[in-house]
Amino acid sequence: MAKSWRFLIPLIIFGALVILLVIGLGKDPRKVPSPLIGKPIPEFSLPELTDTGRTLVDDDLRGQISLVNVWASWCSSCRQEHQALMVLSENPDFQIVGLNWKDDAQDALSVLRMTGNPYDRIGYDPDNDVGIEWGVYGAPETFVVDQQGIIRYKHIGPVDRKVWEETLQPLIAQLKAEG
Amino acid sequence: MMTRPTLPLLPTALLLASLLSGLLFGGVAAAYTLEEFEFDSPAQQEQFRELIGKLRCLVCQNESLAGSQAELAQDLRNEVYEMMRAGQSEDAILDFLVARYGDFVLYDPPLKPSTYLLWFGPFVLIGIGAVVVIRTLLSKKTTPDQPVTEADRARIDELLNADQTADQTADRTADRD
Repeated sequence: MAKSWRFLIPLIIFGALVILLVIGLGKDPRKVPSPLIGKPIPEFSLPELTDTGRTLVDDDLRGQISLVNVWASWCSSCRQEHQALMVLSENPDFQIVGLNWKDDAQDALSVLRMTGNPYDRIGYDPDNDVGIEWGVYGAPETFVVDQQGIIRYKHIGPVDRKVWEETLQPLIAQLKAEG
Repeated sequence: MMTRPTLPLLPTALLLASLLSGLLFGGVAAAYTLEEFEFDSPAQQEQFRELIGKLRCLVCQNESLAGSQAELAQDLRNEVYEMMRAGQSEDAILDFLVARYGDFVLYDPPLKPSTYLLWFGPFVLIGIGAVVVIRTLLSKKTTPDQPVTEADRARIDELLNADQTADQTADRTADRD
């Protein structure tokens, strides 16, 4: 019986375990994959933050590509990504729709007055009614919705140049090509 | 959690198995006052308590909805409460949350192909451990005692009966065998 290699077995198992644990450490446990990817956007209807007389509904997200950005005035990471959104708001390939989440309208409006408004439209959701429908569990979160109103991607955490260049931009180019 | 590299296969497998099963069968401690919710009956209250104990808060991921003070947990408790008051079944409420937040919202992962490893992994490891034990034990028995032949007996007699002077010669002969 060839015994020469058998002493390696524990070493190999240990090595496999180390690889497994290292991969596990590299993952961010806060990023929970959304089951809504590939599903149609939930039906909703919300007053608009900037004009409470108007309503934002799910149909407003059909017919063009949309970034749906969940934000709040109390959320510091949202301020961090605000500048990136301001740059993206000049891109004609998609609209940016805000979901003002668990926020106070006055606080939210004053943030927009001070730092600019990157959103084409903003739904006001102080009680997390629509947030729950979208599986939102923190801010900021950014959904990519295609022309047919299917959720194609969810980014958790602030959008920055890296996220845009590596993930969002290629995806939007692909959606644009799909038509 | 640390596994030392020098551990042999079997204890490593058993350790892994016990760790995994600990994860699977570990209990969930719940601590939350339900005073802000009103119920028709103690049974309904019990049902609510049980339900929110099964659900994970996505913000404080090691807490159940029952135990978490996070705002999102409060929202979801309200949602569960409203759905219960509206007469929705427990399964409908769980499905509602899973459809939006994913299986992660459940403390008990559902049995499906992507979780087979999680559910059956410990038993596979125990099985591997058992195979290793059995094989180790069997391999010790597979070198049976050599039967003593007639030639051996003759040789033994010869050696035992040899006189003192012949002893050394016999020893050398034996060494060469």
